[in-house]
Amino acid sequence: MNSVYGPIIRDGLWKNNPALVQLLGLCPLLAVSNTTINGLGLGLATILTLVASNGLVSLLRHHIPEEARLPVFMIIIASIVTIIELSMNAWFHELYLILGIFIPLIVTNCAITGRAEAFAARNPVGPSLVDGLMMGIGFTAVLVLLGAMREIIGQGTLLSEAHLMFGEAARHLKIVVIDDYRGFLMALLPPGAFIGLGLIVALKNVVDARQANKQAQVASNSVAETASA
Amino acid sequence: MTLMKHPVMRVGIMLALFAIIATSLVTLTESNTHDKILDNEKQALLKAINTLVASNDYDNDIITDVISLPRAEQLGTHDVSTVYRARKANQPVAAIFTSIAPNGYNGKIKLLVGVYYDGSLAGVRVISHKETPGLGDKIDEKKADWIRQFEGLSLSRPAQSDWKVKKDGGQFDQFTGATITPRAVVKAVKNALHFFEENRDDLFKEVE
Repeated sequence: MNSVYGPIIRDGLWKNNPALVQLLGLCPLLAVSNTTINGLGLGLATILTLVASNGLVSLLRHHIPEEARLPVFMIIIASIVTIIELSMNAWFHELYLILGIFIPLIVTNCAITGRAEAFAARNPVGPSLVDGLMMGIGFTAVLVLLGAMREIIGQGTLLSEAHLMFGEAARHLKIVVIDDYRGFLMALLPPGAFIGLGLIVALKNVVDARQANKQAQVASNSVAETASA
Repeated sequence: MTLMKHPVMRVGIMLALFAIIATSLVTLTESNTHDKILDNEKQALLKAINTLVASNDYDNDIITDVISLPRAEQLGTHDVSTVYRARKANQPVAAIFTSIAPNGYNGKIKLLVGVYYDGSLAGVRVISHKETPGLGDKIDEKKADWIRQFEGLSLSRPAQSDWKVKKDGGQFDQFTGATITPRAVVKAVKNALHFFEENRDDLFKEVE
């Protein structure tokens, strides 16, 4: 169990994170991460689509002709997105008013085609669903982190407009991090998104390098011990 | 016959099959959700109208009591615009219509404007905009109360020369770091009031 799903979970959340390592889906990622709540909204919509598309592609993988797989993926993904959008608009209208604007953006997210091609087309349904979920969560985590960074630097708050997503009761969730903040426009505009993402990628690389260093040291220590013994 | 066995044919047929199945599923969903979505949109519109004109101030079916006005340039559009009319006991109460501010910081700002029969504003709401988050988007009622200050104003209150943002010598506040957005909205509201004044009798004409 662990041997199959462990690496999938680690890949999605950290090692092969779609936003930080594969650098997929940057268009919606950069456009919508100006507040924490916006990031969370796009993230949730992406998780839903990614799980559905991975599951369906995996289910149909033996029937998809190898030579025409990309157009077939696009057909499947575009149909799923349209069906999700229509169904939400009809039956979950309140939710649609919040997440609705994010859903068409998902079609432009190549992380979804990417996972269909790299994983779901070659693996059974179970692991494909887990892969979709974990990649989605990894993507959402980066979106929320980037959204929080840009919101604090850009307008000095956190979780503003939470009531748009969680109802009136969530209005008090808003945290004013810096009182009387004059705002820093660049963080909210596209350049802020690029700079912010760059900083997060750099941070991940620093953490990875430290870890590799530590492991190398442990390895060389044990080599030294064996040699002296 | 050999053409039919060509690998390209097989792939083509599979591709067509996927396209047909996917399109059918989307069509099926569309036809099942169409009425519900229209109904939801109607409810949303009604809710928006009711934030401008209270629902007990009129007794007609406001969604169907509409007229279309072609090419109203003062409303910032060359398209046909729909005017919703509120009446009580067949007396005109207010007209609600969309007006577009063409010169926002980031493109068009679409407004829903309600004007009472006497020419005073029932209110203004932003329907859609692409203004800068955290700066220009304070025109949105969900983010700030700024847009509510128009309630009760008219072309004579304040005087015409005061229908500007403070920076231009008028009476309306601009936002820190954003003057273009409120300037565009103030101008669009003023234009909408002029439009109402010039066309008032046409606006409330009964539909045959």
